[in-house]
Amino acid sequence: MTTTESTDVTAAQGIGTSPVRPDGTMKVRGEFAYSSDLWHEDMLWGATLRSPHPYAHITGIDISAALALPGVYAVLTHTDVPGVNRYGLEHPDQPVLAEDVVRYQGEPVAIVAADHPETARRAVAKIDVGYEVLEPVTDSEAAVAGEGPELHPGGNVVRHVPIRFGEQDVTADVVVTGRYEVGMQDQAFLGPESGLAVPAEDGGVDLFVATQWLHVDQQQIVAALGLPKDKVRLTLGGVGGAFGGREDLSIQVHACLLALHTGKPVKMVYNREESFYGHVHRHPATLYYEHGADRDGRLVYVRARMYLDGGAYASTTGAVSGNAATLGVGPYSVPNVTIDCWGTYSNNPPCGAMRGFGAVQAAFAYESQMDRLARACGLDPVEVRLRNAMSEGTRLPTGQVVDSAAPVDELLTRLRAMPLPADRSGEPDLRHLPGGVSNTTHGEGVVRGVGYAVGIKNICFSEGFDDYSTARVRLEALGGEPAATVQTAACEVGQGLVTILQQIIRTELGVEQVTTLPMDTSIGSAGSSSASRQSYMTGGAVRAAALEVRAALVEHAARILGHDRGDLSVGGGKVVSRTDGVLADLVDVLGDAAFDRTVEWRHRPTESLDPETGQGNAHVQYGFAAHRAVVDVDTELGLLKVVALDCVQDVGKALNPQAVLGQIQGGSAQGLGLAVMEEIQTEGGVIRNPSFTDYLIPTVLDMPPMRIEVLELADPHAPYGLRGVGEPPTISSTPAIVAAIRAATGLALDRVPVRPEHLTGT
Amino acid sequence: MDFLRPTTLDEALAVKAQRPDAVPIAGGTDVMVELNFDHRRPGALLDLTRIGELAEWSSSDGQISLGAGVSYTRLIGELGDVLPGLAMAARTVGSPQIRNRGTVGGNLGAASPAGDTHPVLLATGARVELASVRGRRTLAAEDFYTGVKRNALEPDELITAVHLPIATGGEQFAKIGTRNAMVIAVCSFAIVLRDGHAGAAIGSAAPTPRRVAEAERFLLDELPWDAPAPLADSFKRRFAELVAAAATPIDDVRGSAAYRTHALGVLARRTLTWAWDTYRGSARACA
Amino acid sequence: MTSTPDVPPAPPQSDPGAAEITTAFTVNGTPRTVGADTRVTLLDALRDRLGLTGTKKGCDQGACGACTVHVDGRRVLACLMLAAQCDGREVTTIEGLSREGRPHPMQDAFVRHDGFQCGYCTPGQIMSAVALLREGRAGTDEDIREFMSGNLCRCAAYPNVVAAIKDVAREGGDHAHL
Repeated sequence: MTTTESTDVTAAQGIGTSPVRPDGTMKVRGEFAYSSDLWHEDMLWGATLRSPHPYAHITGIDISAALALPGVYAVLTHTDVPGVNRYGLEHPDQPVLAEDVVRYQGEPVAIVAADHPETARRAVAKIDVGYEVLEPVTDSEAAVAGEGPELHPGGNVVRHVPIRFGEQDVTADVVVTGRYEVGMQDQAFLGPESGLAVPAEDGGVDLFVATQWLHVDQQQIVAALGLPKDKVRLTLGGVGGAFGGREDLSIQVHACLLALHTGKPVKMVYNREESFYGHVHRHPATLYYEHGADRDGRLVYVRARMYLDGGAYASTTGAVSGNAATLGVGPYSVPNVTIDCWGTYSNNPPCGAMRGFGAVQAAFAYESQMDRLARACGLDPVEVRLRNAMSEGTRLPTGQVVDSAAPVDELLTRLRAMPLPADRSGEPDLRHLPGGVSNTTHGEGVVRGVGYAVGIKNICFSEGFDDYSTARVRLEALGGEPAATVQTAACEVGQGLVTILQQIIRTELGVEQVTTLPMDTSIGSAGSSSASRQSYMTGGAVRAAALEVRAALVEHAARILGHDRGDLSVGGGKVVSRTDGVLADLVDVLGDAAFDRTVEWRHRPTESLDPETGQGNAHVQYGFAAHRAVVDVDTELGLLKVVALDCVQDVGKALNPQAVLGQIQGGSAQGLGLAVMEEIQTEGGVIRNPSFTDYLIPTVLDMPPMRIEVLELADPHAPYGLRGVGEPPTISSTPAIVAAIRAATGLALDRVPVRPEHLTGT
Repeated sequence: MDFLRPTTLDEALAVKAQRPDAVPIAGGTDVMVELNFDHRRPGALLDLTRIGELAEWSSSDGQISLGAGVSYTRLIGELGDVLPGLAMAARTVGSPQIRNRGTVGGNLGAASPAGDTHPVLLATGARVELASVRGRRTLAAEDFYTGVKRNALEPDELITAVHLPIATGGEQFAKIGTRNAMVIAVCSFAIVLRDGHAGAAIGSAAPTPRRVAEAERFLLDELPWDAPAPLADSFKRRFAELVAAAATPIDDVRGSAAYRTHALGVLARRTLTWAWDTYRGSARACA
Repeated sequence: MTSTPDVPPAPPQSDPGAAEITTAFTVNGTPRTVGADTRVTLLDALRDRLGLTGTKKGCDQGACGACTVHVDGRRVLACLMLAAQCDGREVTTIEGLSREGRPHPMQDAFVRHDGFQCGYCTPGQIMSAVALLREGRAGTDEDIREFMSGNLCRCAAYPNVVAAIKDVAREGGDHAHL
């Protein structure tokens, strides 16, 4: 990394400040074009026929009635896929359109393009598909046991991750065990899957789409279309939230196929119900844990078996399993660890990335175990965590040494010191009570509980993945002002990356005016907007490019001004000499010159895990957050009100403090949802609640005010010392809330989301 | 689909007589979902939102005549003092946006077992006013609900109003949802106590909203009406058992049958306490 | 008992025969006429016929609030209203909130307080927030929360949404805009 010494950390609207979002004004005016808002002259509308069955053989597809419908331009099936009819993020096992078998309810079977969305939907209904319905496979543990029919060649285990660390047969004085379940959570982004494919004169196609990773979309699309890479160009459409649910393909190949087939632009937009079928979900999990400790509550060993149901196709099940396993003991120092984690196939909806990515499931189990251990040892829940807290220098169960700040102790200590909310007193406002204005209690049956949890998340891609980002920075004089332009393919999904990239350039080049070019595939990959990695990776790439521009500029200035380059720096729109002060306006030094640099930037390499022992330096960086939840539980009705949800998180360096708080609030809310209300309920592989009336996400009334403390303990390996922010708060929020409910009720509660039935024994 | 937009009630009734297949639409909160999801393709829609007569209410002889087209927002704002139970239920309907358009008439027309206002209408002894070109009739609310999403409307009839007594004692409504706002009822309960009347009804716990007759009779017979004193726990529990026994709920994605039955018992016990406290207060005030 | 089926609904096999209807209404102060199938919602009319895509579609069943607009000054959900029901009425969308090119104070406040992340729910949030001020529901945090609870935000920018509304309420609401 280039030296940072001349970085202008006080730049107006540079890093460490909270300038308003560059896309903010358009968003509040309704002028920001989301992918579902796109429109093209003469465009057609695409629609998708999906399997109603979780598992069936296809005996025939008759498209003739659909094709005969006036206004229908194309009806395509798997025989119309010109390239390889398989895609997938880790390995290509998922058909673009089903061939002879469907493996989940909602699997795409055929696609239609018509001149009106209603016509397209009608045509879909006229496609006649013969199904021979099969008994669905839905049990992850049975899959590991080798039972049931094989859904894919090679069996139903996508990945087995064993971890063997320390002694394997050690015993302990205090042993606590548990079996835990995590329900299937949905990303439930508000903006549905959508995009517009426009056929091009060169025989290629331009796709405008809401996604998290343009280049991996492109890579999968070209394989399916059988086109060279330069014939499929992607541009990011406005993204209405992602949270992992846009890392896999949805409309991408389908829209391109229809556009190329009809020679017309094709728009596809899912409705809410289709969206529930159209993207992957968070893996539901069953986790068996055994913690052994001495009588003082110090951990001797952790043993765990984890079963993650990946559903019909692999998606990122392998990496999710890797995370669950390697982070499976949590942010604790544990000398002896035995973990086996399996990600499996089934006929349930496919599961993949969602905020927290494997760490969420493990955290619910290990934090529940830590509370159990505290009780078994007669310790306070925070105390037992403090006694086992990992710190810099701790070895993870993978053998990897944590080589930057791991302030688990400080997070918990600060959290415990925060003031608790006042007790309920006086005439209660219904809105402060469980049930709210539904008027279910005026205080009767309500018991308050307090719970703590802390979590760990790996930041950036792990296990030897070649994780990089590409950035281009240009500096020139425009209209009498020094102006910078930044270009990347990094997807702005709402996290505020476009703000941060501008801040970095202001800091490094000392210019006010920074233009962000559209995110597209005309530049190299930025990697995914996932794994809390974009500030680190694309932030790092932009910074590196800006530093190269700065170095070139300084060289240029030295030549023009006849000054020693070692004495020069830039800042505040000036070229400054350390000895002589301001020498010239930057704009004058620039003149007609332009400095334009593109950099491909990598984090330090990681290693794959040993397939037998799970040992290896697999991770780049870790994020830590801790939550304290205060929950009022109506113990008779099983209704809840989360009264407070306080958080302490280390972010290394807050590039944009306001955005950091927003990420912590948002992540915590999604954890709250998983704790008390959010679950895709399936029965025999069939989704029972694909709607916002029955898949409930928190409203403003469900989200309590949060006290948040942000630590900035720099990671010396990361740009500006930053740590990824987005995922850690999602991880500890859920177990903290459940711990609070346990404290209020005395119930074991080994499953999330906690439902009224669990609290009332009904 | 034809779209019919009469501006007077007479015109609407004439249209409905000619086009009995026309589906009435007011706030649209139920009908529009069915249209958007293609669950229903009526030959015609009859828009009632332009009929001023339906959007009025009047008061006489201790009764409120509530036009079928009065929005929940107006009901809460204009009639919350005199119809507190109905206002409590209205406050839990959907969101402020939905309450701006949704109406009690629409709730009745949809006749969903989960409709929020039904238990209050049943418990307070409301009468539903129906009209057609053949004339007007009123039905007790309990006679109006005939099955899951089915009601006693004849094909040529429209719901024009609901007649309810002004509250003189205690009224309570409570609803279970797994979120603290904007939630469809897992189950709900209403209770109305006034001199000579004890009404109680359940929602989302049977194929139709339902009065709990035995529990009502118990209250009427056993409550210490003449010497209102706090109720013993055993008394409330007996009432709760009778309410729970009247429920025939199902297991579904929103909740289990066992939970619904259990929760109704708890709600019955609590709302009885609150309603009785109010009744006692009003009895004291009159004394 | 559920209002949604367990499998994707199948449209009917026969064409029901679409009827056209002309609706004349005022949108953001401008008289507009839309000729469309009677089944077209106000939401689709705004987005697909009038090109006013600021109003968002999130659920099509009144469960998310993303399509909140004002009709005759009251906030309603455009997905639960037919375009034909708006004949003669005044509709205001997020695009019509600014005056003489100046954004509504609520729009400024949402930017200032970072009251969104992805922004997809934001037009609906702002239309609700502006109505909430008129309704006199911005007096306490509890009121704001109760009367904003019909607008889901998956990014959960809720604390900042509340802060933005309080800020505008403190400054005397949107009188300049009424």
